Amino acid sequence: MHVYANPARFLKIARPLTAWLGWAGAAMILGALAWGLLVAPAERSQGESVRILYVHVPAAWLAMAGWTGIAIASLMQIVWRHPLAAVAARALAGPGALFTALCLATGSLWGKPTWGTYWEWDGRMTSMLVLLFLYLAFIALAGAEKEKGGEGRLTAIFGLVGAVNIPIIHYSVVWWNTLHQPASISFVRGTSTIHGSMLWPLLVSALGFSLLFGAIVLMRMRAELARNKVEARLKRMAGA
Amino acid sequence: MNAINPWPFIAAAYALTLLGTAGLALWSFLAMRRAEADADAVSKRP
Repeated sequence: MHVYANPARFLKIARPLTAWLGWAGAAMILGALAWGLLVAPAERSQGESVRILYVHVPAAWLAMAGWTGIAIASLMQIVWRHPLAAVAARALAGPGALFTALCLATGSLWGKPTWGTYWEWDGRMTSMLVLLFLYLAFIALAGAEKEKGGEGRLTAIFGLVGAVNIPIIHYSVVWWNTLHQPASISFVRGTSTIHGSMLWPLLVSALGFSLLFGAIVLMRMRAELARNKVEARLKRMAGA
Repeated sequence: MNAINPWPFIAAAYALTLLGTAGLALWSFLAMRRAEADADAVSKRP
C-alpha cells in the first residue's frame, strides 16, 4: 500500500485503470439494469417494485463503502501521513454523497408502492439520512481546511469519527424494531435468501456501479493532483 | 398485490440513478481533462 502512495507511481497505474473501470462498469450497469427490468421476474410480495432494488441496493452499498473508504484514507493520513490519503478521502466524498442521496430517493420510490409511504423515521432510513449529512459536512470541512492551507488533519479526524455510523446503519435492522427488512445477503457466511433469478442481476449491477464508482474516484483524484501541480508550479514561478 | 401502479416509481428510480451517475461521471471526466491540460500547459512554460 505504501508503494502506491507515491503520486507519480499512482498516476502511472491510475491512467489506464480509469478507462478500464469506467467502460467495464458502464457496460455491466446497462446489462444488469436491462436484465433486472426486462428478464428478472416480479417478486411474490413486492410485485414489480422489486425492480427498484437493482438500483437501490448498489446505491446503499456504495454509500456505506464510500465512507468506509474515507475512514481508511483518514486513518492512513493520520498515522502514516500518506501524501495521497487526503486526496483519496476528498475524492470519495462527492460520489459517496451522491449515492447516499440516490439510496434515499430510490428507497422512498420503492416504499410508496410497497409500504404505502415515502418515508418512515425508522433506524435504517434515519441512519442513512445521518450519513448524507455527514458527507455534506465532510465536503464543507475539507473545502474550508484546504482553502486555509491546512493539512486536512481535522477533516481526517472527522472522517474517522463519522465511521461510527457505518455499523449503526448495518445493524439498525437488528437492533431496532423497523419497517426495513433485514439483510438478504451475507458475504461473511456466503448465504442469500434471494432466488438466483433476482440475485444475479443484483450482483452484476452492484459490481458495475462499484467499478464506475472506482473510475469516478480515480478521475477526481487525478484532477486534484493536477490542480496541486499547477498551484505548486505557479508558486515556484512567483517566488523566482 | 400492489394497489398503486409501480411502473412510474420504477421509471423515476432508474432515471434518477442513471442521470445522477452519468452526470457525476461526465462532470468528473471534464474536470480531470481540464485540470490535466492546465498542468501540462504550466509544465511546458519556460
